[in-house]
Amino acid sequence: MRVGFVLQEVGTGLRRNVTLTVAVIITVAVSLSLFGASLLVRAQVGQMKDYWYDRVEVSIFLCGDISDAPSCSDGEVSKEEKDKIREELNNLKPLVETVYYESKSDALKRFREQFKDSPLADTASEDQMPESFRVKLSDPTKFAVIAAAFIDRSGVEDVRDQRASLERLFKALSGLQNLALVIAAVMLVVTGLLISNTMRVAAFSRRRETSIMRLVGASNWSIRFPFLVEAAFAAILGTAVAVGALAAGKYYLIDQTLASTFTFTTFIDWNALYAIIPILLATGIGLAVVAAGITLRKYLKV
Amino acid sequence: MIRFENVTKLYKGASRPALDDVSVDIEKGEFVFLVGASGSGKSTFLRLALREERPTSGNIWVAGKDLNKLPSWKVPMLRRQIGCVFQDFRLLPNKTVAGNVAFALEVIGRPSSEIKRVIPNVLELVGLEGKEDSYPNEISGGEQQRVAIARAFINRPAVLIADEPTGNLDPETSVGIMKLLDRINRIGTTVVMATHDVAIVDQMRKRVIEIDTGHVVRDQARGVYGAGA
Ligand SMILES: Nc1ncnc2c1ncn2[C@@H]1O[C@H](COP(=O)(O)OP(=O)(O)OP(=O)(O)O)[C@@H](O)[C@H]1O
Ligand SMILES: [Mg+2]
Repeated sequence: MRVGFVLQEVGTGLRRNVTLTVAVIITVAVSLSLFGASLLVRAQVGQMKDYWYDRVEVSIFLCGDISDAPSCSDGEVSKEEKDKIREELNNLKPLVETVYYESKSDALKRFREQFKDSPLADTASEDQMPESFRVKLSDPTKFAVIAAAFIDRSGVEDVRDQRASLERLFKALSGLQNLALVIAAVMLVVTGLLISNTMRVAAFSRRRETSIMRLVGASNWSIRFPFLVEAAFAAILGTAVAVGALAAGKYYLIDQTLASTFTFTTFIDWNALYAIIPILLATGIGLAVVAAGITLRKYLKV
Repeated sequence: MIRFENVTKLYKGASRPALDDVSVDIEKGEFVFLVGASGSGKSTFLRLALREERPTSGNIWVAGKDLNKLPSWKVPMLRRQIGCVFQDFRLLPNKTVAGNVAFALEVIGRPSSEIKRVIPNVLELVGLEGKEDSYPNEISGGEQQRVAIARAFINRPAVLIADEPTGNLDPETSVGIMKLLDRINRIGTTVVMATHDVAIVDQMRKRVIEIDTGHVVRDQARGVYGAGA
């Protein structure tokens, strides 16, 4: 089959079913935007995980004179106890990557920094602040090792893992992300059905041509090919629209708004968007060709 | 060229078979009229030969191929060896005369240089010189049927199947079409034509196969339309 001839047939088909073609383009664009958005959110969450898990610490809070935990019954932590803890932490290398001692005055500084716009900052005093060791682990999932070693020991009030609170956040985020994926999947199914219906109408509106093609001995493949190209063409346009929408979303929502507001984390860069373009294209074209192919098998038989 | 062996065709939901135990043998180069009352099964016969329909029982050979054993992906190849002409011409209204004829070659992937070369020849054969750029609605019924014949013939098929090709034409125009089909037959193409046109059948004196409610009731060399003449 000659390229020129196929293109001419495709052009005729597209012109004849403009409204339906536009409908296909729009649904493909909407469903792929959703799908792409959920892929981008996933990339963003992944990146946040990397960023945050890289920074999470295990905090070993030491007893102060106001602590009422059972392990603090001996009163404020002693110098010997602190030295012992530090030494043991150092012995836990390489799991323990770094150990940082935060004194009461460091803690107050940090507290004031965190709550600098709140009246709390002024009322806090140094002796209300706990001393602590901030421990960074080479493998943040091995929190239990530290907890087992230091919890309930005299002079240690509590051992806390920042990772646990982050995990709750990421669970919520991944729930959202799964919801977006389900919606995208439903939209993709709807898109497939619409494409299938469009092809049925297209096959019907061109039954004269196709019946003549059959009579003169055109192969099944060559009768269906222009329809498939048409569906793929609409899908490519829809994908392009979706990519445009995602790029606009990335630029206005992330680069212009979120990134300047939430400086505590990093956001996905353009490469994350480029990376999903092939996935979106393959999904769009694949969906169109499969949906159209199945329909045409039924409606354009020899 | 076309052989039917005990062919029965029962359409789904029909109470009686459209063709009932039909056996017919048409040799290469023959010109055969299929006659019979409306609904007797002529079109069914032709559709079976094209494998547009499959027989309920019996065997059909066309151009050396056993249609029961022909896989469906080879059906297009079969149809390239069979030209078809119908009462309603079946032209594409948005293509010119030349475009309609070229369509038959384009869809089977012939190169455009070949198409450009053969179109004028075949249009001349059917008597349409000078009309190549007209659209179907700008030419007469007889001319439209000539376009259809040109399209059917452009692949030099072994068989030309015509289902009431003169059904929509006046007698004078019909004679012109018959002369053209006769000419194509003389080139060596087997022609099978279903018709109700008494005058044409009586005048041409070709082989006549008469079908009545699905049965072959007469098969006569150099026959006429009515029985017993
Ligand atoms: N697709 C079909 N489904 C069911 N029955 C059909 C179908 N096509 C034809 N028939 C029936 O088969 C019988 C033969 O029809 P066919 O079209 O072969 O007749 P015909 O001889 O060509 O008639 P005409 O001279 O009117 O064209 C008729 O009774 C018709 O109603
Ligand atoms: Mg008929």
